[in-house]
Amino acid sequence: MFTSVDDVTARLAETGYLASPAVATTVFLAARLGKPLLVEGPAGVGKTELAKAVAQVAGARLVRLQCYEGVDESRALYEWNHAKQLLRITAGRGESWDEARTDIFSEEFLLPRPLLTAIRGDEPTVLLIDETDKADVEMEGLLLEVLSDFQVTVPELGTITATRRPFVVLTSNAGRELSEALRRRCLFLHIDFPAEELERRIVRLKVPDLGEALAESVVRLVGALRAMDLRKVPSVAETIDWARTLLALGAGTLDEQVVRASLGVILKHQDDVLKAAAKLDLDAL
Amino acid sequence: MSGVEGRLTALVGALRGHGVRIGTGETVDAARAVAELGFTDRELLREGLAATLLHGPGQRAVFDPVFDLYFPRGVGGPDAGPADRDTLRDRLAEALAADDRALLARLAAEAVDGFGGYGSSPGSDGWSAYQTLDRLRPQTLLARVRADVRGRNGGAGFADRLLDDEIRRRIEAFRRLVAAEARRRVAERRGRDEIARRAVAPTADRVDFLYANRDQLAELRRAVRPLARKLATRLAARRRRAARGTVDLRRTLRSSLSTGGVPMRPVLRRRRPVRPELVLLCDVSGSVSGFSDFTMLLVQALHDQFSRIRVFAFVNRLDEVTGLLRHGHADPDGLGARIRAQATLTGWHGSSDYGVALGEFTERYGGAAGPRTTVFVLGDARTNMSDPNLAAVRELARRARRVYWLNPEPRAHWGTGDSAAPAYAELVEMHECRTARQLSALIALLLPV
Repeated sequence: MFTSVDDVTARLAETGYLASPAVATTVFLAARLGKPLLVEGPAGVGKTELAKAVAQVAGARLVRLQCYEGVDESRALYEWNHAKQLLRITAGRGESWDEARTDIFSEEFLLPRPLLTAIRGDEPTVLLIDETDKADVEMEGLLLEVLSDFQVTVPELGTITATRRPFVVLTSNAGRELSEALRRRCLFLHIDFPAEELERRIVRLKVPDLGEALAESVVRLVGALRAMDLRKVPSVAETIDWARTLLALGAGTLDEQVVRASLGVILKHQDDVLKAAAKLDLDAL
Repeated sequence: MSGVEGRLTALVGALRGHGVRIGTGETVDAARAVAELGFTDRELLREGLAATLLHGPGQRAVFDPVFDLYFPRGVGGPDAGPADRDTLRDRLAEALAADDRALLARLAAEAVDGFGGYGSSPGSDGWSAYQTLDRLRPQTLLARVRADVRGRNGGAGFADRLLDDEIRRRIEAFRRLVAAEARRRVAERRGRDEIARRAVAPTADRVDFLYANRDQLAELRRAVRPLARKLATRLAARRRRAARGTVDLRRTLRSSLSTGGVPMRPVLRRRRPVRPELVLLCDVSGSVSGFSDFTMLLVQALHDQFSRIRVFAFVNRLDEVTGLLRHGHADPDGLGARIRAQATLTGWHGSSDYGVALGEFTERYGGAAGPRTTVFVLGDARTNMSDPNLAAVRELARRARRVYWLNPEPRAHWGTGDSAAPAYAELVEMHECRTARQLSALIALLLPV
């Protein structure tokens, strides 16, 4: 898929994803070692985007499993199409039980869900398991078989093994500690807030109309906010939102007035806004 | 590539020594990563090894210094001769103003080489980051760097007011570089394995409460919220499981009448969801205050799991501090100071007295502990030689549903000196609770469902 780490960086950049060395190295290794990639980090640093970018680079289809509390086998793996099975039984009224039984448990009546879809295809696939921490612990057990051997067992049909291993990306917001067994099977990547220089490039890429100097001030101010002890620190997504807001406001430079008016775009709690205003010597809001 | 396997397994050994759990499979993966990445770029190698060996973000703080020891940037001192202090400071100021990371790393190497060495005989000599920084005093460069940067880009604009903090962060980064460099030089002299074991600070959740410094306590406080969220999900799972009770024989037989007396469907006893009450008795005297503060914040962050939480603090008098902990307006950093300022915790003297404080609890707030209450006592049980007042503890244990004592001292120290721990431990369940990791394990285990 990739020839070197630099190749990863360059090709991801073509799709509009600027990867830090850590991200590029880990993606490269995940492709080379054929291991799933577990991505953790604060919300809004581009965990899901990474999977999409990789899919785009590799020309692969993206299969996405969105996890939530209560997601189960029938939502993640496969399900039998009961309605169709019933129709089949009613349609073939004259035939014997044995005939009907072998027929209704065939591929035709199987509804593949994301995990099975990703394993069965012949084309290159990127499987994104999003927000793994939201799923229950039981779900993790299900993932273990899929992630270590890339196979799925359907009791009526037997074991289905991947002919072509998908590139798997799991994301987590660390809402719950994922089990050690799951972590062991993955390469671990913690995406943190980007370094100042990288973030500046991201802002320039996403909001090209914003001036160079203003982009730099924006990134510096966001960096300062992150260093404060806030309840919810601004993420890359917020930086970009803020840059867009400044553009819409027609602000040429950052000044007290503009910052005070738009602080609500980057900070989501009132006490954070007050704290930041005090630290930045803004006049009372 | 001979020797690389040895280096890699030694690195893994050192990480395991710091509590990072790494299996053989991961070590093999790491070796494959090394083969894929090669040795041309050290930072890529660092990221590759981190990706294969680590499992959580908290482990990175241990990994980086250990990696620096086993895969050092170079061997020996820098090529340049010993630098003169003033020129080095000039160059440092320039590098800080330009925020040139590579140059800062080189300067750190030169600084340690020039000013960090001490001792002369082999065996007693070494390299000291402290001494280097003491001679170089990078923190005094702030004004100079500020003027330099302002001169460069005019000093106008809003972002200018952030400059001081930015420069401080750069200086802090330089200090860390010096520390890493000094460790590397010492490791060349003394052997890597020993330095990796001794000189690399453990992760915050494995630091002893009693010996944690201010930064580590601050880091712990930041960890309270994610930890509480983790514990809350664990509690919720336990509650879900506990809601399905045992077979209710009477109702099973009653319902079996419709099937001719054959119990076809067992009826399970349903549990009424009662949210339990929690009472915390915290020793907040100097020695153990880090531990109590942290535990109070943690319990407070879990507040929606309980119908009622009451928190009492004591040194030798006891007072209720529940109000000071209320959600939202609790500023975690100032918590300890606020408690000591606003609650009556001491009588005539300032040292802790468990006997009087516990007696005061049963006397004044006896109603707080009822048959639905779980009581946690936090403290080292060092009574300063006064009466431990075992009767009060016995009374407390009789009234409350459960009483647990969490002791931040190592078990081996219980009962030494003025510790009344063994006496208390006979009456209530006492657990050793020295680190945040132990605490979260205990809380998950002991909190009532």
